[in-house]
Amino acid sequence: MVHAMVTQALGSLARALLLCAALFSGTAYAQAIEAKSIEDLVAILGAGDFTAKIDATQALATTGDPRLVPILQALLDGNLYARKSDHLVVIGKEQGGTLTATDPLAEKVIGQAPVADFERARVNNRLRTVLQTALGALQLAHPDPSRRKASADALFKTPSVEMIEPLRLAIEHEHNGTARRALVRALAATELQFSEKIDAKRAAVVTLAALADPDVRSYLNGRINSIPETANAEQQELKAAMTAAVVQIERRIASWQTFGNVLQGISLGSVLLLAAIGLAITFGVMGVINMAHGEMVMLGAYTTYVVQLAFRQYLPGGLDYALLVAVPAAFAVSGLVGVAIERGIIRWLYGRPLETLLATWGLSLMLQQAVRSFFGPTNMQVTSPSWMSGAVELTGGVVVTYNRIWIAVFALLVFGLLIFIQRRTQFGLQMRAVTQNRRMARSMGIRSGWVDALTFGLGSGIAGMAGVALSQIDNVSPNLGQGYIVDSFMVVVFGGVGNLWGTLVGAFGLGIINKFLEPYAGAVLGKILVLVAIVLFIQWRPRGLFALKGRAVEA
Amino acid sequence: MRRQGSLFFQTLGDTGGTILVALLLAAAVLVPILNGLPASSPFHVSNYLVSLFGKYLCFALLALSVDLIWGFAGILSLGHGAFFALGGYAMGMHLMREIGTRGVYGNPVLPDFMVFLNWKELPWYWYGFDSFPFAALMAVLMPGALAFVFGWFAFRSRVTGVYLSIITQALTFALMLAFFRNNFGFGGNNGLTDFKDILGYSLQAPTTRVTLFAASALALALGYVLCRFLVSSRLGSVLIAVRDAESRTRFLGYRVEHYKLFAFVVSAMLAGIAGALYVPQVGIINPREFAPANSIEIVIWVAVGGRGTLWGAALGAVLVNYGKTYFTGALPEMWLYVLGALFIGVTLFLPKGVGGSAREWIGKLMARATKAKLALAPQPGVTE
Amino acid sequence: MNAHAPATAAAASILYLDDVTVSFDGFRALNKLSFYLVPGELRAVIGPNGAGKTTMMDVITGKTRPDSGEVFFAGNVDLTHLDEAAIANLGIGRKFQKPTVFETQTVDDNLRLALRDKRGVLASLFSRTSAAQAERLDELLLTIGLADQRTTLAGLLSHGQKQWLEIGMLLAQEPQLLLVDEPAAGMTDAETEATARLLRAIAKDRSVVIVEHDMEFVRALEAKVTVLHEGSVLAEGSMEHVQNHPRVIEVYLGR
Repeated sequence: MVHAMVTQALGSLARALLLCAALFSGTAYAQAIEAKSIEDLVAILGAGDFTAKIDATQALATTGDPRLVPILQALLDGNLYARKSDHLVVIGKEQGGTLTATDPLAEKVIGQAPVADFERARVNNRLRTVLQTALGALQLAHPDPSRRKASADALFKTPSVEMIEPLRLAIEHEHNGTARRALVRALAATELQFSEKIDAKRAAVVTLAALADPDVRSYLNGRINSIPETANAEQQELKAAMTAAVVQIERRIASWQTFGNVLQGISLGSVLLLAAIGLAITFGVMGVINMAHGEMVMLGAYTTYVVQLAFRQYLPGGLDYALLVAVPAAFAVSGLVGVAIERGIIRWLYGRPLETLLATWGLSLMLQQAVRSFFGPTNMQVTSPSWMSGAVELTGGVVVTYNRIWIAVFALLVFGLLIFIQRRTQFGLQMRAVTQNRRMARSMGIRSGWVDALTFGLGSGIAGMAGVALSQIDNVSPNLGQGYIVDSFMVVVFGGVGNLWGTLVGAFGLGIINKFLEPYAGAVLGKILVLVAIVLFIQWRPRGLFALKGRAVEA
Repeated sequence: MRRQGSLFFQTLGDTGGTILVALLLAAAVLVPILNGLPASSPFHVSNYLVSLFGKYLCFALLALSVDLIWGFAGILSLGHGAFFALGGYAMGMHLMREIGTRGVYGNPVLPDFMVFLNWKELPWYWYGFDSFPFAALMAVLMPGALAFVFGWFAFRSRVTGVYLSIITQALTFALMLAFFRNNFGFGGNNGLTDFKDILGYSLQAPTTRVTLFAASALALALGYVLCRFLVSSRLGSVLIAVRDAESRTRFLGYRVEHYKLFAFVVSAMLAGIAGALYVPQVGIINPREFAPANSIEIVIWVAVGGRGTLWGAALGAVLVNYGKTYFTGALPEMWLYVLGALFIGVTLFLPKGVGGSAREWIGKLMARATKAKLALAPQPGVTE
Repeated sequence: MNAHAPATAAAASILYLDDVTVSFDGFRALNKLSFYLVPGELRAVIGPNGAGKTTMMDVITGKTRPDSGEVFFAGNVDLTHLDEAAIANLGIGRKFQKPTVFETQTVDDNLRLALRDKRGVLASLFSRTSAAQAERLDELLLTIGLADQRTTLAGLLSHGQKQWLEIGMLLAQEPQLLLVDEPAAGMTDAETEATARLLRAIAKDRSVVIVEHDMEFVRALEAKVTVLHEGSVLAEGSMEHVQNHPRVIEVYLGR
């Protein structure tokens, strides 16, 4: 029953493809074996002569049944046995004279028996070639597109002449874009290497030249080197075409790399944005320098760790969703600590920014030490949920991991939420009122003390949420926050204090500039250059890219 | 004298200062003598203490330099560790050259780390450092030059307050990253170390150590006198005016940026001297001296001692560092709590520091006597 | 001093603003403002909040650069390219709305800082108060009535005393032109009257521009009045003249 379902699921593509593969390699036998069942054909593999085995292999290939892959592979590897007593075909694993036998189709262990009871199914070179082709064809028809892509990639790496037709057919029926591109690439490489017609080779070069793929570049370079100086004019012409193709590919890879840099920059920018966004509120809106901002981020990361620990203990099945719980938890933890800091320390220091800076720095030292004493100085293990692991591979060797994408999305969501709070809520209105004219706001009945505390709590809570995201890409250690504090300040200062949009532009701007400098200057020198650039930038625009002008500045 | 008010401030400033200078001079003379006593004598000062307090004196000079700009010109530098470290590197480079063939690789010209990196010749910026006077000059000029360039840009563009603090922090952070790089030519991560001797005297010898201690004490005393002279002049008065009302000072016709730049450069040079004296006493200089955390720690020394008192800054540096030595030895877990609490406690409860509060208490006592004089004032005596 | 000398009208003036526009993020603080002051004149500038009074002061003293327009001092000195310090040293003094004195320094030190002297870094490092300067200080202290408070820290003075100290500092600068922003704000009636007397005395031998809200105070100054509105001059003339001006009544006095 399972067999029937799987076969059905394969659909018409696989059938047509495999039939073709069979036809291409030996049409005459096709009809004769059609009547035979898969079980019968497998039996032939175990006992028949080489010709029969070849026919059976080709017949099996036409079924497109993925269960056959291990069987054919076993035959190829010499792991297929037939029981001497009743010719039962099994996949065997020999260890110390004992064979562990597996039923080939049911994939179930049957039992153990002395190896002497079995006879190994033998292969010769011709059968081997047929087996390899059949395996390739079966895998090209695999129901999982990533498996189809993998086998196409394998065929690109080791092209074989038999696969030209199966590849061609597979391309015709392939609907998955990624797999299709891999198939086209494999076919072009195969044709370039084995086709007898020079036109086909030329066409293959054109196809390959259109790909911005470092693998294709090295493949072509290999081909170019394989054509000797003494080759005929036709070969020389092909060589020239390939050389031109390499140049074209390189140019395309370069522009993809640029695009990749932009993506990397956006990714770094979103991390910077997350780290700086809370600071944009406490520093930008309230004018409070919070040097313990990094520790709010760190607390958020540790909250993530604790939440995951709790899930592992009490709800292991939901571990994938621990992060969803960690986000509000981190907001609450860091936010409450923030409110406590504001009420306990900062409110006594309004109007004395330098003193605030020193006091919060002291606080950051204490928080770090407290976390170190409680959790220990080592890095904590925070796992990524399954929906955040993995990566998208774009053309040109550009890889974007899912967690980076999620972080960028998360950063923008947090930013949007903040803009919403500031612009559209009663609290946001009060927040703006208090920061613009405290006395006026107070005389209108706004409890400015509470607004201060909540604003600071909001900034700190957002820092905590940033900590959840950073726990996915950075070490969760007591020093986590220290790594971001200078960068965060740079972002806020660069973007312009008191302007959330400036922070957004500042974060992405610095992220992208950083990633563009890295290839030329290296990561460290790039960072130095960025810092120097910001120092110079502040000379030019002392109040940032999007500074407030006029009277507001004087206050 | 015509200025009673400022006179009493000056005398009080000077009382603390006079005590400080007297103590330093006494220490410069007495410590070498006491160190020379046999170890069994109750008055013997151990080599350990000489080195320890020699180090504290360098920190005190560094704190003094920060107080000059923070206490009097209102410039809170969170990157003064950079000037200290640059002075230290200048001296370290000289000490590296002094090692000569006694290094692990025995190369007469190249320091070990360069041989290790397979460098064939000395980079141009290491030229001249085999000469002590040149190195000593550079220990002052390099921090001064950096402060001049940085300050010229920053003050001209009127970067003030926390913005300035943040970019000074970025400055030292960038320098730290740069000095961590091997190809920057200053020994990378490990910095400069394994020094052998200075001016031909072994750095391990007690006499050398005690001499370095005395030199540090004298440097601090001279630094104090210089700073006191600066802040007591009209220039000092302008600096305080800039600190309290920068814009107003401009409208009086003072080029505020020039005054700030002058104070900043002098301060950086003092920090450089402190660094140059520090390195031979501790035997190492590495990029961690540039860490932003170090620079912020300097500020707390000043805050503890009393911003704007000069002698208080020196006192604060010694007090806090003594506390650090004690806690990191006895209760290492506790030190960061103590330091953190110091930052918070001083800013909240003792904003004028130990020195400033002491001055205030004495001032209040004295003011009681003269209170009658400060009575309400009459109308202006203008007649038409 | 300046290459292209302005029109003859400017030549006879101590302060000459023509067609000056300043905008902040699209908001026009000054809109084609023209203003003319002859040497020795005392002028009161009034106007509702946001009329551009303080911005005008900022433009004259070099704090704000105009987007367009001409600003000349003493006939031919272009102020638009000079910074605050240079303008102050030309002989333009400014008093802020909020009294700004150096609070941690004595009355004496405050005046000493303002005294006409070399303003360079090294000059001030080695400067000593000369006998002539000491005499001038005593004289100033008498003028502003703070002779008994000379050793008091400026921060300990009353609000009115701070205002007088600041005026004293302006006098110490010996400016040709004085800009005074709301000198009577927050003063008692007696203090206000004393301040008006002080300013009238000062205006005898120099030009003074006073920005003020307090109508009684302006009346007491007995000066020509300029009314600013939305960055331009709305009316100019005697107090009676502007008080009866229909537009002025509409936008300002008539409320």
